[in-house]
Amino acid sequence: MDNQSLNNLTRGIIKENPTFVMLLGMCPTLGVTTSAANGLGMGLATLFVLMLSNLAISSVKSLIPDMVRIPCYIVIIASFVTVVELLMAAYLPGLHAKLGIFIPLIVVNCIILGRAEAFASKNNILQSLFDAIGMGLGFTLGLTSLGIVREILGSGSLFGWSFVGEGADTMLLFIMPPGAFLALAGLIMIFNKIRGVAK
Amino acid sequence: MSNTNRKVLSSTLGHMIIAMVCVAAFSGAILGFSYQITKAPIEEAKNARQAEAVLEVVPGEFDNNPFQDRIPIGHKGIELYPARQGSKITSIAVKSYSNNGFSGRIELIVGFLLDGTITGYTVIEQKETPGLGTKVTESKFSNQFKGMNPRSHGFKVKQDGGEIDAVTSATISSRAVIDAIKRAYKNYTRFSTMTDDEEKDNG
Repeated sequence: MDNQSLNNLTRGIIKENPTFVMLLGMCPTLGVTTSAANGLGMGLATLFVLMLSNLAISSVKSLIPDMVRIPCYIVIIASFVTVVELLMAAYLPGLHAKLGIFIPLIVVNCIILGRAEAFASKNNILQSLFDAIGMGLGFTLGLTSLGIVREILGSGSLFGWSFVGEGADTMLLFIMPPGAFLALAGLIMIFNKIRGVAK
Repeated sequence: MSNTNRKVLSSTLGHMIIAMVCVAAFSGAILGFSYQITKAPIEEAKNARQAEAVLEVVPGEFDNNPFQDRIPIGHKGIELYPARQGSKITSIAVKSYSNNGFSGRIELIVGFLLDGTITGYTVIEQKETPGLGTKVTESKFSNQFKGMNPRSHGFKVKQDGGEIDAVTSATISSRAVIDAIKRAYKNYTRFSTMTDDEEKDNG
């Protein structure tokens, strides 16, 4: 694998992580990460849509006139999101019930249109796929780690495996919306430290 | 690096219309296809969840599948699931709902013995606040109803002068569950008087 492909693949995971660096897609990030499994499920659903949409948009990019490209991209993305939603309702009903309204809202996740517009519409199919995988994994990583932190603090469990008794008083704040912001802020702090950003 | 001098179709009206029609047709085809292949599994998954909930609340012995013998009542989603031993009904599960949840509709399945005693309930759909309202699905709250008979008990939360301990800081969700159980009981009694009459007629 040459340098550029590798760069496209890894860029989304650390250097331009959608959740911790670009702060894109905050609505699902804050909304669904009440547990690690939800974060992982949402991340993987987004990864899947991102791969399909980058592939499709990259392969039809020269056939779509500039003036109507955004409506065309959105129709393509919305179709793939609906496909993912139907598949999830059919084969993963438990996860579908938990993610609920956030699955259709992947359509308006700015990461997807952002990558379509900034990358897939200017690069070939293979590089677009690498970019989608990298960005998708970065988003999954962000959502899952946020979910892990919130679930441990808020419900006293990890991936549904509880390590406190039933009825124990956990920090409920962390599974409510304000806790999402606090946990995200903490994680961004740690992530910046790891990336070596000095302030 | 990236190739920014892209060659794209010029934005003439004809090109734009053709491109958008093609994209729409392509999307429609994909959607139609995936709807077709997922329709049956989605229905199955939904039924499996409800069948499981019915079995959770129906006590004792029975030799039929209560979920398959379901009796829909009205148009608002109330259904009865009779558990039979031979031809005799031993207990009945009722799917009921309340629109008074903290964030919308709550659907649950309640089990009743023939004298109206509640054997338990399982929430099958709710959108309550995680960690607060969702506690109505946990055994600490739901066990209170086991063995109660809506005919003889004041079916209210303590704040309203009843004898049910509401979930802390989720009184609205608790009231909604009670509302749904009452609705289930009402439909259950309507059904049981109906069948009593039938039996008298036959006898």
